[in-house]
Amino acid sequence: MEKQLKVSAIKDGTVLDHIPANQLFRVIDILGLNNSCNQITFGTNLESKLLGKKAIIKISDKYFEDADINRIALIAPQAKINIIHDFEVVEKRVISIPAKIKGIAKCMNPACITNHQPVETLFYTKTEGENFKLKCHYCEKVTEKTNLKIISNS
Amino acid sequence: MPKHLISIHDFSKEEILKTLQKAAEFEENYRQPLFTDKVIATIFFEPSTRTRLSFETASNRLGARVIGFSDSDNTSVKKGETLKDTIKMVSNYADLIIMRHPLEGSARYASEISDVPVINAGDGSNQHPTQTLLDLYSILKTQGTLENLNISVVGDLKYGRTVHSLIYAMSHFNPTFNFISPEELRLTDEYRDFMYDNNIKFTENQLLKENIENADIVYMTRVQRERFTDALEYEKVKNCYSLDISMLANCKENMKILHPLPRVNEIAQNVDNSKHAYYFEQAENGVYARMAIISNLLTAQ
Ligand SMILES: [Zn+2]
Repeated sequence: MEKQLKVSAIKDGTVLDHIPANQLFRVIDILGLNNSCNQITFGTNLESKLLGKKAIIKISDKYFEDADINRIALIAPQAKINIIHDFEVVEKRVISIPAKIKGIAKCMNPACITNHQPVETLFYTKTEGENFKLKCHYCEKVTEKTNLKIISNS
Repeated sequence: MPKHLISIHDFSKEEILKTLQKAAEFEENYRQPLFTDKVIATIFFEPSTRTRLSFETASNRLGARVIGFSDSDNTSVKKGETLKDTIKMVSNYADLIIMRHPLEGSARYASEISDVPVINAGDGSNQHPTQTLLDLYSILKTQGTLENLNISVVGDLKYGRTVHSLIYAMSHFNPTFNFISPEELRLTDEYRDFMYDNNIKFTENQLLKENIENADIVYMTRVQRERFTDALEYEKVKNCYSLDISMLANCKENMKILHPLPRVNEIAQNVDNSKHAYYFEQAENGVYARMAIISNLLTAQ
């Protein structure tokens, strides 16, 4: 927590910590923060024992829905979500990859119906340690983590 | 929510056996006009005469009226209508929809939109569950059981949709598989992993002749030129995977040859009159299997 002081504290809102540094701008994109009117501060390439380099985002007066949190689970599975009230952490949420993922990711199968018609994607996740695979509800093909494309919010 | 038939993965062992039992009843007595008050739509977004005729025969034998189209050329799909709108419209007219569509996952999607049961008659290279059920029915009929059989699967194992579904469906019955294909068309890891995970015995070979002597079932598929990145490679292997009467000298008495049809040259004409040839009967079995499926779905409502 002491490292957080490199990015100034917020009074009320949400702190997203332990984002892999190279995923910072994707997280911003997925959460639609580039269109947000809230005060946002972020830092990146901060030292992290867990990740090597991490990023942190602090958003004032903003609290996320679970569905939004799920969206970043795919690219920042180890991220920590701290809910802040009056400069105190009042709630910690740990991100875990949900069993089902609606929207968010694209199916890598070019012949999949979801890539041709206005169909929201739906995947079943299979986690294997650090890794995960997404099995498409529609075409039944597996999208590997390395082929993962996120449907942007913005 | 109506029940649908979308993927063989939705079927338990019990449901498979129940459906095959029902198919046998229809084969015994196929004049069963149970659904004279029903309308069945066969909507084929890509042509497949064989499959459509089989479904329409099954529907007619059950007494239902059939509407539909056999390819999307003259329909509003050409004008850009979404699948959703087509399904919405057709499900207002019909009591059951049988759909073939080139996109993978289209059948699952249609089943989520439709108010009436949907049968997947092939969604691209993904699933064709009625083919799998008729394959199983043919195996059961000729062998008397589905359990503990030796099955040689020959040809295009990489892209062959019927092969993949057969592996999943037979996994309930302790099979021993012998996969025979050119190197380039070997089974992919996904299916090999599935068999490891489910303790299914299998071997892989490249030679056809030497590997059918122990088989109860020889399941042939087409080796297509367009599947090869190297045309020369195709020319080299194309005749190695065609079955000739001379290869059947040492095979088991009960062995039957299956093929999803249409065949090209992977089974020589001289095999047709052998007692081991079963592919034409297999196609006929499709009508009974489809009668069973249609009747299940229409009565489940
Ligand atoms: Zn898909």
